[in-house]
Amino acid sequence: MSIALEHVSYVYSPGTAYEKHALKDVSLEIPQGQFVGIIGHTGSGKSTLIQHLNGLMRATEGKVLYDGQNIYEEGYNMRTLRSQVGLVFQYPEYQLFEVDVISDVCFGPKNQGLSQEECEKNAREALELVGFPEKYYKQSPFELSGGQKRRVAIAGVLAMKPKVLILDEPTAGLDPKGRDEILDQVEKLHKETEMTVILVSHSMEDIARYVERIIVMNHGEKMLDGTPMEVFRHYKDLEKVGLAAPQVTYVMHDLKERGFDISPDATTIEEAADEIMKCFRG
Amino acid sequence: MIRDITIGQYYPAESRIHRLDPRVKIVCTLLFLVSLFIQNSLLGYVIATIYLGTVIRLSKLPLKYIVKGLKPVVILLLFTVIMNLLLTRTGDTLIHFWIFTITEGGLRTSVFMAIRLMYLVAGSSIMTFTTSPNGLTDGMEKLLHPLNKLNVPVHEVAMMMSIALRFIPILLEETDKIMKAQQARGADFESGNIIQRAKAMVPILVPLFVSAFRRANDLAMAMESRCYHGGEGRTKMKPLRYKSRDRIAYIITLIYLVAIFAVGRFVPFKLWIF
Amino acid sequence: MPKEMIHAEKLIYEYDKRDEEGNIIGAERAIDGVDIDVPQGSFVAILGHNGSGKSTLAKHMNAILVPTGGTMWVDGRDTKDPAELWNVRQTAGMVFQNPDNQIIGTVVEEDVGFGPENLGVPTDEIWQRVEESLKAVGMLERRKDSPNKLSGGQKQRVAIAGVLAMEPKCIVLDEPTAMLDPNGRKEVIRAVEELRKKKHVTVILITHYMEEVIDADQVFVMDDGHIVMHGTPREIFSQVDELKAYRMDVPQVTMLAEELRNRGLDLPRGILRREELVEALCRLR
Repeated sequence: MSIALEHVSYVYSPGTAYEKHALKDVSLEIPQGQFVGIIGHTGSGKSTLIQHLNGLMRATEGKVLYDGQNIYEEGYNMRTLRSQVGLVFQYPEYQLFEVDVISDVCFGPKNQGLSQEECEKNAREALELVGFPEKYYKQSPFELSGGQKRRVAIAGVLAMKPKVLILDEPTAGLDPKGRDEILDQVEKLHKETEMTVILVSHSMEDIARYVERIIVMNHGEKMLDGTPMEVFRHYKDLEKVGLAAPQVTYVMHDLKERGFDISPDATTIEEAADEIMKCFRG
Repeated sequence: MIRDITIGQYYPAESRIHRLDPRVKIVCTLLFLVSLFIQNSLLGYVIATIYLGTVIRLSKLPLKYIVKGLKPVVILLLFTVIMNLLLTRTGDTLIHFWIFTITEGGLRTSVFMAIRLMYLVAGSSIMTFTTSPNGLTDGMEKLLHPLNKLNVPVHEVAMMMSIALRFIPILLEETDKIMKAQQARGADFESGNIIQRAKAMVPILVPLFVSAFRRANDLAMAMESRCYHGGEGRTKMKPLRYKSRDRIAYIITLIYLVAIFAVGRFVPFKLWIF
Repeated sequence: MPKEMIHAEKLIYEYDKRDEEGNIIGAERAIDGVDIDVPQGSFVAILGHNGSGKSTLAKHMNAILVPTGGTMWVDGRDTKDPAELWNVRQTAGMVFQNPDNQIIGTVVEEDVGFGPENLGVPTDEIWQRVEESLKAVGMLERRKDSPNKLSGGQKQRVAIAGVLAMEPKCIVLDEPTAMLDPNGRKEVIRAVEELRKKKHVTVILITHYMEEVIDADQVFVMDDGHIVMHGTPREIFSQVDELKAYRMDVPQVTMLAEELRNRGLDLPRGILRREELVEALCRLR
């Protein structure tokens, strides 16, 4: 199930003094099973972009195709689309509302019209996928720790069995271990279920570590699109738009400048260490 | 949708009206509202129109903005007009069909009622457009200060109002976010009967309340950490002091009041039924 | 009377644990026997995972919470003494995590004036302080704006100005960057740096971001209500495994150096900055 955007533009309050182009002529295609990262500074259009992917926002121009079908066509079932393309917003724990964890996770499947047993089955599977301990299933979601709440909220989307999972800043506000745990879980989930995962993040280090493709947004336009190595090669352009490359990439560039015979393209610690070691083994 | 409501929003600009002491604006607005109800003559409305028009001119507010502020009361307006039109039965009958009768008195009352309501909303929105919410609460606090002697917590109420004003846009944005998040989980707010729709609000209201309480908690802590301890011993960054322009504004409003009252009383002027 | 800006001895904070009906079923210790010393004018960072007790500790420095055991002195004042409450709060200003939930005013300058108003500062002086504080954080040109129009980083700078206007000797920042994007984080950290240099205030920074503590004079790591590590950033970040056990991390450069050490390169421990690593590698070659 691929998602494609064709010349999508989105204008806020058109025709008024507040008119603002949040997206400008964006075209891209995301094939099923890819792990994609979206980066861009605040206000670059990332959030607007991801809300177009599940039809929460409607493009003022252009088309969005899901599985080859135009989602703006008359009679297209938006609710089915939203369950296929699961979107986890920033600080998703702020949407929890049920009396216990399991009922909250059941909210999505219930909206899909599944029976009580099916809802619960899907909810349990989803909670397992995010590594949420079973002993807390009957606890109020408001009494959990920040990291656990976030897992419940992500499970709430996974319980609808989406083919695509979009995560907007899933690690915001968590401690370092909490950040790693969530992202590792997402990576595992991506491998096990072959779901498409779209990760919006401010952390270049995280993005470089997990994704296979990066889309860079700037002023509502797609600025760069490629593998982490290709994208971070443009680190100087990224800096101009308020972004940066991972720290290790800078180390590699510095080393090259100082006469090391290395390729400066490394974006993760592993890659950088491999490359540096080459110089020392001779 | 919610964002389109302009009523009660501050429109920052530099104008003579903006510069007036908030107390002047509150008192004069009240007097203006009263003036609309103590008189009922055509000439009176002409004078009120001149007064209101001058204030709008001086305030440099775009007329469009004020008209937009009337939108939320359109239904109320129509309702009042129709009720008055059909239910008031004084004077000669103008039109009669089926069970409806429109009389001269009915037409007169409904037209005047419509003008009153529109001026009422326009008048009070000019006050809120030209006074920052803080100015407004400061003005209220100072005006109601005498009530302190009756053990009314005037300062606290004013502080609550100003905080509420600051958080309304934040909570609106939050509502929007929560709604979208629940929609992404397949929630449906658009179809179904009233009960189903009311039930569909639960997933929005619960998180909204939880968040509002969390914010209230945080804010209370932030205020305490900045040494807030009620109105006692507190100084003001922007204390209210009447200046000569404020006195002039009071005088003009008084002249207006006298004029409108005198005209209604002593100048018989009628155009057709009005 | 302790001379240090912040001095805590055997600090304990206990709260009641309740069951679903609200009955007390025991006590929980959020802080358990903490000793801490923060000298005047220094920059101290406190690290710790969510729920480690670091926020609770921070709230003690401002007398929002008072210890249930032990004592906390702020500039020589015992925070338990009700007569000193407002002095303590004025001495140690506090900046919180959520930028939206700590701005009280509907206009930037009015918010900055809030603290001085509460202290009963005369009107003319309030204006002076507001102007100076906004200038210090680089937000003077936005003084007439509504806080809702500002970015997260700008809001936090306004919050810092709001504390500065009370002329504190010490600023406690409780995860001020947790909800910001990288640019917002940089803005705030830069503003804090400026304050340290120009106004010589004592800074206590609580954070999750390892890069922000590199310049600190001392780092404390908290876990389960205790202080489990204490030292200079270099000392702390040399102990990668221990830090990770406390759910913390090290800056990516430090991690890369550690990885290279593990693969046999003879690099020193506790490399914090990119230049250091590059220098060290050049020397090795």
